This record gives sequence, structure tokens and C-alpha cells, in this order.
Amino acid sequence: MTAPVRRDILQDPEEFRSEVRQWLQDNCPESQRQPITAEEQFWGGRRGEFPSEDARLWFQRVRDKGWIAPEWPAQYGGGGLSAEQGKIIKDEMKRINARTPVYSIGIWMLGPAILEYGNEEQKQQHIRAIINAETRWAQGYSEPGAGSDLASLQCKAEDQGDHFLVNGSKIWTTNADKCDWIFCLVRTNPDVKKQEGISFLLIDMDSPGVSTTPIALISGESEFCQTFFDNVKVPKENLVGELNKGWSVAKALLVHERKLMAEIGSDSPRKIVAPNEAAHKYLEFENGKIVDAQLRSDLVDYNMQMHAIALTHFRTFEEKARGVHSAAALVMKYLGTEAEKTKSELLLAIMGSQGVGWEGDSFTAEELDTTRLWAMSKAMTIAGGSSEIQLNVIAKSVLELPQS
Amino acid sequence: MALVLNEEQQLLQGTAREFLGANAPVAALRELRDSRDPLGYAPTLWQQMAELGWASIILPEQYGGLDFGFLGLGVVLEETGRTLSASPLFASAVVGASALLLGGSEEQKETLLPAIAAGELTTALALEETHHHRPTQIATRAERDGDEFIITGRKTFVLDGHSADKLIVVTRSSGEPPASSGLTLFLVDRDAPGVTVERTIMADSRNAANINFDQVRVAASAVIGTLDEAWSVLEPVLDRGRVAIAAEMMGLALEAFERTVAYLKQREQFGVLIGSFQALQHRAAQMQAELELCRSVLLQTLSAVDDTPEQLPMLASLAKAKLNELAKLVTNEAVQMHGGIGVTDELDIGLFLKRARVAIQVFGDTGFHKDRYATLCGY
Ligand SMILES: Cc1cc2nc3c(=O)[nH]c(=O)nc-3n(C[C@H](O)[C@H](O)[C@H](O)COP(=O)(O)OP(=O)(O)OC[C@H]3O[C@@H](n4cnc5c(N)ncnc54)[C@H](O)[C@@H]3O)c2cc1C
Repeated sequence: MTAPVRRDILQDPEEFRSEVRQWLQDNCPESQRQPITAEEQFWGGRRGEFPSEDARLWFQRVRDKGWIAPEWPAQYGGGGLSAEQGKIIKDEMKRINARTPVYSIGIWMLGPAILEYGNEEQKQQHIRAIINAETRWAQGYSEPGAGSDLASLQCKAEDQGDHFLVNGSKIWTTNADKCDWIFCLVRTNPDVKKQEGISFLLIDMDSPGVSTTPIALISGESEFCQTFFDNVKVPKENLVGELNKGWSVAKALLVHERKLMAEIGSDSPRKIVAPNEAAHKYLEFENGKIVDAQLRSDLVDYNMQMHAIALTHFRTFEEKARGVHSAAALVMKYLGTEAEKTKSELLLAIMGSQGVGWEGDSFTAEELDTTRLWAMSKAMTIAGGSSEIQLNVIAKSVLELPQS
Repeated sequence: MALVLNEEQQLLQGTAREFLGANAPVAALRELRDSRDPLGYAPTLWQQMAELGWASIILPEQYGGLDFGFLGLGVVLEETGRTLSASPLFASAVVGASALLLGGSEEQKETLLPAIAAGELTTALALEETHHHRPTQIATRAERDGDEFIITGRKTFVLDGHSADKLIVVTRSSGEPPASSGLTLFLVDRDAPGVTVERTIMADSRNAANINFDQVRVAASAVIGTLDEAWSVLEPVLDRGRVAIAAEMMGLALEAFERTVAYLKQREQFGVLIGSFQALQHRAAQMQAELELCRSVLLQTLSAVDDTPEQLPMLASLAKAKLNELAKLVTNEAVQMHGGIGVTDELDIGLFLKRARVAIQVFGDTGFHKDRYATLCGY
């Protein structure tokens, strides 16, 4: 095991890249360079188990290297690297198809928000635990009556002197039954404009009064839950940011969530057939061309769109590095998730009757995974702010169109 | 031409809706799915449907039929689309009955059609050999051996393949794929020696199977129609199947659409009904526009089966392509407009979504029918 190395931020990027490449070459087990199935993902947490010995090794090496969260401060276990270096690590991992060592809402969403809004104790308590995959987090935003209109949430936290008393419920909480902690938006003042009475609270799911009920999905999985809070006592020190100022934290976190979702299609290699591969496997070719004119045209539409999206991802990254502002970042969640849906529909169309199987040996594992992911792809343009809400945001904040 | 339902057909529609609502609602499909029902449909329901005359709706009276025509059939199928009702209606009463009616000998018709009409005999068309509809890409061989034929090959996506009593097998008796000549239809018992049936569990929880034919011996009397000339029967049978499944898809789309519109009038966000957002209103209105087009296409195609069969090929392709697209659009929008609850299994919308994708693959996806329509138009 090597100690985390603090890299000089001014190091020449190309030199850094070749170091990264070498390190990955030496440290990423061969088995961790293969496309991943849902069962092979490591999500950490108190009850988290490594799916394999190689997965454990790979996670531990990346963690010790400080690359679980390369850009987070080294004092909390991050890599202390620049955004550019973080990007290089990501690119290089992608180049060799390296698996994501740990899947974590803590890393993707909560960590950045705590680093920005949390106090020193909160950073000490939670950031390292997230990096070490000791805690698995759920997101407690939506409620039965508050989805797109998130700010109308009702789950309330009453000030009881030394603690908050939380009552209410959250819905669509992904994997809540497997999580250790949940970050929640709660109503702390019902008498003001709805955005101004919301606070951001961290709740240990082992607290008495917290319970979850799974909700079955159209994909056949049940990764959703409804999460109930019945007189749950939450220590005062679990408030992130100021009382009644939770909306700013919530919005900052949503930016990370949307960025994550925008990259969903171009990221994380899953063990499903890629459209180009599928075309070769399932379609007839003549003189190097797909015979089916419709599918050929659909495939090229999709590929061109993904090509353009990938270029725009690069552009937004460069713009950010140089402090240039453009509308590009704001349209990416919409584009990325819509493209993901298109991809799934395209795969089904290419696979024909092999693409609409549900279970059993008549279909390969890849085919079944593709069909179920197709069903789940429908959720991508709903979760994290639906496509309609994304378009509303573009119309409002980019185009400054009059609001009714 | 009949672009409006007559009184009799409207009456049939009312009866069908009432009957299915009471006896085969969407919950019945869930029940079949969740109990992993080995047959995949309720035999008692099929009996009741037969008693209502649905199994014989297109058959002439001389074979125990109702002779109600394809428009009548379309009305019933549309209603089964609304309730996602699983039954042998499509595979037996439409496809099987049409094959026998158009290709069968008088003897075959006299023995088999009344049995289908009574709901006593079920059939399945063993056609596809790859995962895409390619009706002339038939490699399953039928070799003559004295008075008999020996069938060898593998079929896939055979609707009702594991539950039907008799299989209608599309074979190649001469020539090579993809020639449309040289094809022959055979009637084969599902439990004949050499036939291996593997049920496939599909996304829509409806019946399909892969079937292997290993040196299956059949008598020459098992041929439906003329040796080597099945195409002249098969093509119109497929077109009837296409318009029938299109009618089911119309019902499916309408139901998903109406449920979604109802939700837009019920769900509140931002202090108003979500149906008041123009972004959603316009999309709902566009779907209404598409539904109107599909309604005309469907009615015209259904009546063409009985009145102007020479127009059927082009109309059937128009109908299947249009309804494929409609079903895809409406089910996608239905999920999206329901938000989070739309991706739960608790809501029925997901079942419509999945049925739509399987139905799209039945007897030709959109690309297949666009290509066929273009070819028929000479470009
Ligand atoms: C896979 C998945 C995972 C999720 N995970 C989590 C999680 O872990 N934690 C969590 O808190 N939440 C989670 N959610 C919930 C998600 O944030 C909500 O589903 C989403 O915000 C939409 O809210 P809703 O479901 O109430 O839909 P509604 O808000 O009721 O929307 C219904 C329809 O109306 C449209 N609509 C609403 N307002 C407008 C408008 N102003 N203009 C035009 N159209 C509008 C919507 O776009 C949608 O089509 C998840 C959702 C999904 C699908």
C-alpha cells in the first residue's frame, strides 16, 4: 500500500497523464476492466459487500491513491488535485474501461455540497467516511405531493431545543432500504415563502422512527422506496448550512445530480450491447451497409447526436476551466438523458423479438439486461428534474423568456 | 368503404367493453403474470369469448361463424387492447382461421373451422426464424418422403406457440430463401414427435415460444393450400394479422392516452393542475391528432379486408407502420407525463408500454412496413 501522494497542481498535464496511465496499468486488475453488470457494482455502506476479491483490491488501491475523489481536499481523504487532473484520471480510466471502484451518491452529490456548505465537524465526520465507502447515502427530496414542485415539500422538522423532531415521508428514494444515511430537505418554517422555510438535514437511517417500504418498478426491480419519518430525533449538529437556507444547498446539489445524469450515456460501461455492436450482431449487412434503411438511419442519428454531445461535454469542461460562461452546461441533462432513452429504444428495435424478452434461457443475459435497462431508461428524463423542468429552466434562465 | 361504425358494430363495441371490463381487465393480466400461469390465458375466459361469438367473428356461417367481417373483429380487438386481455383471439381466431379459410381444403375447413369457432381448437403460426419479421426468409425444410413430408427447422417468436393445439408451420419445400415461391404451409400437432416447444417469457407477459422441428413426419393431407405456393395464402393472412394487431394497438394507445389525460386533470404541482402547462397540453393535443389519423387508417384497412382486398397490402403496411409509431409515442408520453409514478409497476402504464414494444415486433416493425409501402408504390 502506498500513502496518498499529494500531486503538484502545476505538474505538466501530459506528464501527469502518462503517470496515471502507468499507475492504472500496474494497479487495475484485468477483471476490473470488463463491462459491469448491476450485481457487480460496489455501493459500500455498513452492509456493503465487495462482489469479488478483485473489486476489493481495486477499490482499496484507488482509495489509497486518493483517486476516489481526486479533486476533494487531501485533508479529508481526497486527492487534492486540480479539475484538469481529475478529468485526466477519469479519461484514462475510461480508456481502459476501468470499472467505477465505488458507486456512491455520497461522492456524486452529497460530498460536494458538504464541502461547500458544511462546517468543519461535518466535513470531518462525513467526507472521509464517504471516500472510504463506509457510509451509503440516500437522497430524501421528493414527496408524494412535491416532485417537480420540490419546494412545496411538507416533511417537517421541529426545533426541540437540543434536537429536531422529524415527521413526514419521502418518496422515490432510490435504494433507501440499503442506505445508512439520508440527506433530507425538511420544512422548518411553514409561514414564509416556500423556498425560505426549508432546511437541509442529515439523518442516520438507524434512528428510531425511520422506516422504508420498497416500491416495485417497471423494470421488475425495486430500487425505489417510500421512506417514513415518525417522530425521528435528529441532533442539531446534522443541519447543513443555516436554518431555513436549505434551498441553496439543495440547488447546488441538484447541479451535481444533473451533471451526473447528463453523462449517464457516455459514462460507466454497463454490460449491455452498444448500438453499433448490436447492429453487427442482429442486422443484415450488404457491402458494409445495414440493409434495413430505417434502422440504419436511426443508428446514424443516434451516433451523430452522441458525437455532438461528447464534443459539448469537452467544450463545457474547457469553458469551465477558463471561466467562460455559456448555456451548454444547462442543456446537457436534457440532452444526455433523452439520448439515453433513444439509445434504449434503438437497441430494442435492432434486437427485434430478442429485445423484448423478460426472463429465461431463451434470451442471453445481455439481452435481458438491455430490455430491463430500456424500461428503466424511461426514468432518466423524470428523475433529477424532468425534461420539462429542464426546458423550463433553459427558457427562463438562458433565454429570459417572460414567465406566466 | 365504412369510415364510421354502423349501429351493429357500435353495439358490439359496447358489449365487448362491458364484458372485458368485468371479466378480463388489466388486473387479470397481472394475475397471470404474477402467478406464472403455465397456459398464459384463462381457458374459461376463452370459452366465454367463444360463446359471445368472438372466435368465429370473421368466419362464414357455413362453418359455424358469425360472418361479422373484419370491422367487427377490429372493434373487439381494439377493446382487448384497452384491457391488455390475453387470449387465443389473435393467433387462433384471426391468423389461424384466416389461413384455413384462405388456403384450406374443403375438408380442412369443415373439420377445423367449426372447432375454432367453438373455442375448442387453438392454433399458432410458426413463421419467424430470426428476430426480425422476414416472412420469405424461410429455411425450415419440408422434404417429401413417399406420401409424407419430413419437417426440420427452428421457429422463433411463435405467438401462442406453447399453448396452441395445432401449429401452422411455414416451410420451404423448394428453392432457397428469400424466394417467396417454394413455400408450403403444414398443419402439425403441437405434441407430434420431433416437435420441441420452449415457452419464452416476454416483456408483455403474453404468450410466445421458440419451436424446434426435428424430422417431424406429417401426412400429405396436412398441407394447407398448394405445395410450393403458400405465399399467395400467407401474404393475405399476414396482412389480416397486421390489421388485427393494429386494431389491438389502437385500443392500447387510446387507453394509455385517456388515462394520461385523466392524470393531467388530476395531478397538481406548483399549485395548479399539470394539465394547465402548455408544454404538456400541446403534446397531448398532438397525440390526439395522431390518433385521429390512425383511426381513419385503421377503419379503411379493416374494411378493405372484406371489400377491396386488392388494396390490402398497401393499407396493411400503412396501418401497421402508423400504429407502431402511435403506440410507441403514446406509451412513452404516458410514462413521462405521469412522472415518478409512471415508472412503478403499481401503475398499469408500464404494462401498456411493454405490450406496445412486443406488438411492434409482430408481423413487421415500422421499418419493414415503410419499406414494403415504398416498394408497393414503386420507389
Ligand atoms: C429513477 C428515479 C429515481 C429517483 N430517485 C430519487 C431519489 O433518490 N430521491 C428523491 O428525492 N427523488 C427521487 N426521484 C424523484 C424525482 O425527483 C421526481 O420523480 C421528479 O422530480 C418528478 O416529480 P414527480 O414524480 O412528482 O412528477 P410530477 O412533478 O408530478 O410531474 C408529472 C409530469 O408533469 C410534468 N410537469 C411538472 N411541472 C411542469 C411544468 N411546470 N411544466 C411542464 N411540465 C411539468 C413533469 O415533467 C412530468 O412529466 C427519482 C425519480 C426517478 C424516476
